[in-house]
Amino acid sequence: MSASDKKTPGKAPGTEVETTGHVWDDDLCEYNNPLPRWWLWGFYATVIFAIVYWLLYPAWPIASTFTKGFATVTFEVEGEPRTTHWNTRAVLAREMQSGEMALRQQEMLRVVADSSIDEVLSDTTKLAFVNSYGRGMFGDNCAACHQTGGAGIIELYPNLADDNWHWGGDLASIEHSIRHGRMGYMPDFGETLDAGQLRAVSAYVLNIAGHEGDADLIARGQSIYLGPEGGCVACHRPDGAGLRALGAPDLRNNIWQNVDVLGAASHEERLTRVSEMVARGVNRQMPAFGDRLSEAEIRVLATYVHQFGGGQ
Amino acid sequence: MNEVYEARIPIYPRAVKGRFRNLKWTVLGLAYSVYFLLPWLRWERPHGPDQAVLFDIPGRSFYLFNLLVHPQDIFWLAGLLIIAALLLFMVTGMAGRVFCGYFCFQTLWTDLFMWIERRMQGDRAARMRLDRDGPAFKRLTLRTITHLLYLVAAFATGFTFIVYWGDAPTLTVSFFTGQAAYAAYFTAGFLTLTTYVFAGILREQVCIYMCPYSRFQSVMFDRDTLIVSYDQKRGEAAAGRRLMGKGPRDHEARLADGIGDCIDCGMCVQVCPVGIDIRDGLQYQCIHCALCIDACDNVMDRLGWDRGLIRYTSENALAGKPARVLKPKTFGYGIPLLLIIGVLIWSIATQAPLDASVSQVRQPLFVTLSDGSVQNSYQIKLNNKAQQAVTLELRISGLPGAVLDTGRIETIELLPQQSTTLLARVRYPAQPGVGQQRPLSFEIVPVAPSGMEPVVITSQFSH
Ligand code: SF4
Ligand code: SF4
Repeated sequence: MSASDKKTPGKAPGTEVETTGHVWDDDLCEYNNPLPRWWLWGFYATVIFAIVYWLLYPAWPIASTFTKGFATVTFEVEGEPRTTHWNTRAVLAREMQSGEMALRQQEMLRVVADSSIDEVLSDTTKLAFVNSYGRGMFGDNCAACHQTGGAGIIELYPNLADDNWHWGGDLASIEHSIRHGRMGYMPDFGETLDAGQLRAVSAYVLNIAGHEGDADLIARGQSIYLGPEGGCVACHRPDGAGLRALGAPDLRNNIWQNVDVLGAASHEERLTRVSEMVARGVNRQMPAFGDRLSEAEIRVLATYVHQFGGGQ
Repeated sequence: MNEVYEARIPIYPRAVKGRFRNLKWTVLGLAYSVYFLLPWLRWERPHGPDQAVLFDIPGRSFYLFNLLVHPQDIFWLAGLLIIAALLLFMVTGMAGRVFCGYFCFQTLWTDLFMWIERRMQGDRAARMRLDRDGPAFKRLTLRTITHLLYLVAAFATGFTFIVYWGDAPTLTVSFFTGQAAYAAYFTAGFLTLTTYVFAGILREQVCIYMCPYSRFQSVMFDRDTLIVSYDQKRGEAAAGRRLMGKGPRDHEARLADGIGDCIDCGMCVQVCPVGIDIRDGLQYQCIHCALCIDACDNVMDRLGWDRGLIRYTSENALAGKPARVLKPKTFGYGIPLLLIIGVLIWSIATQAPLDASVSQVRQPLFVTLSDGSVQNSYQIKLNNKAQQAVTLELRISGLPGAVLDTGRIETIELLPQQSTTLLARVRYPAQPGVGQQRPLSFEIVPVAPSGMEPVVITSQFSH
């Protein structure tokens, strides 16, 4: 192909492509196809863009600091306005305070906080808000112990998804638990009761929950449970129904949160597990969230938790 | 010394009249009518804005006449894009760059801007004269007015774009009173600028240097593809083309001398908006606007010779071979195209007014209750896509003895376009086993208005 075969796009017909004048091996020549000039302008435009960008946003490092730029972000920290250079954290903080969605969220929070518990529980719109906002709050504040779906961990953290509410399953009780925290305490009987007594009282407790066993042992356990040696009756009540005011669990069902009875292979193992638990006692604490969360947030969180197990 | 950057060589396309020009004006008229008027078309709806076409981003709904598109229907867009791509490939394979020539925004807007230029500065010869040796004042004035008109057209374009995204009259008022959202000004400004720069200044440079389609369309071409082409054989004959002034003027005599039918008048070159000579053969710069066909046809008409020295034809046809339209490629694109169009239409036609999903809560999968029964939790999402409010009831079936607990929610009322999320629990007197599943169905039953189909969603109960 000779140089004259090639036409430059956009050029008047007949205009040939220039060569740079470099020719090798007689006919191998270097074409000169210059870039269109607007390309150069495009380059200048990027330079101007960069300069504007440097002026607006943090850009140049200077010793231990950097240029801050004019595009500042203002948001509030504890009621005080604070202005910083542009950064995504500050933008997020501002969005969370004054963004359109944030304002709508705050509005809904207010609505829920101003509604009675019955209203929230029977209104689909408010419940839908509770379900989405509460989910986030639960994840932030509660899920570390109670797990994402509220299932808890046996022996450590209570299960919120069943219908067994140690401290009460109505909204007021749940709110109270969140606001003030809870102290779950059962004395350790390892010193006061000997191994035989521990076994006996365990057999009785298991029997309350419906596990059959040696009748003599159970009878012995009952007297310890009811009598002064054990004194279990004070908290767990004579029929084993427990006392909500103290967080003493109902022993009549098969929900075991402090000892893994259902996971035991044999009755003997069940006895051992319960005995160990009675000997060890319980010392659990849930922190108070009253000064970390607003009343509205506590309302939302309590309603969300209420729905896990169906509440009361 | 060679230049590193090349200034644009000005092109002064000449006005031309003819059937393709008319066709292009018609397409342009239709496209502009739709684009500029559509957002102003009102449309009565039982619920929602009364604008025929509205893309409501904050409300998460796209209104297209009687069709309402929700974000969940985003796959329709995917279908639409696939259809557009296949259609483009198929049409390009069959009819060449008809998209570029007649429908591309760049071509349409450049046409409009060239029309403005022509009205202000005259046709090719006048513009060349003005640029070369017109009085500076006149040149400056005419150019300024031209560019101001460009900006007006560009702004109309940019502004019209934004009124698709809000209620057109309200948005117009708020836009011109400084009340509109920042995004509206930015978008309108950005589109004004790009329209002005691309259609007013860069023009063919966009097609030649920026447009990816011009680069890859050649792979869709074959020897049967329709292209705008100069009939080399007829035009050049044995002795080549010849100006009318030189040699015989009579057709017969020219033929006898072996001179082709091209009289080298250069009309086809002068009308070309990308400044190429079609007689050099198929070139990637050619946008197939067919204006050179009109130009040459006019010349042939004047001479009383046959039209079609430049015409839509294919390489095979030019070589005297039969040209096929129904080639394997046509079917290869056409069949999937029809298929996807069918699926899309079916999907739109059978769109349920009620959108529901049930997902079983997996953490924990189940819990044992104090009475020994087992409880599963479900998250139920309901979305009313209908144009009226609905009242729904939630029921379960397929698992006798199971009890549904929705707390204190008995019926769910959803306004048009409203959606909600519900947590529900199902209790069943089963022994907790390990990983047992039982089928269970949720029925979402519209109790009002009557006549709506219930939605049944199968799920499972674990214990
Ligand atoms: S060569 Fe003809 S069809 Fe191609 S761009 Fe030029 S005028 Fe249009
Ligand atoms: S318009 Fe027709 S006759 Fe005139 S130069 Fe072009 S091809 Fe030849």
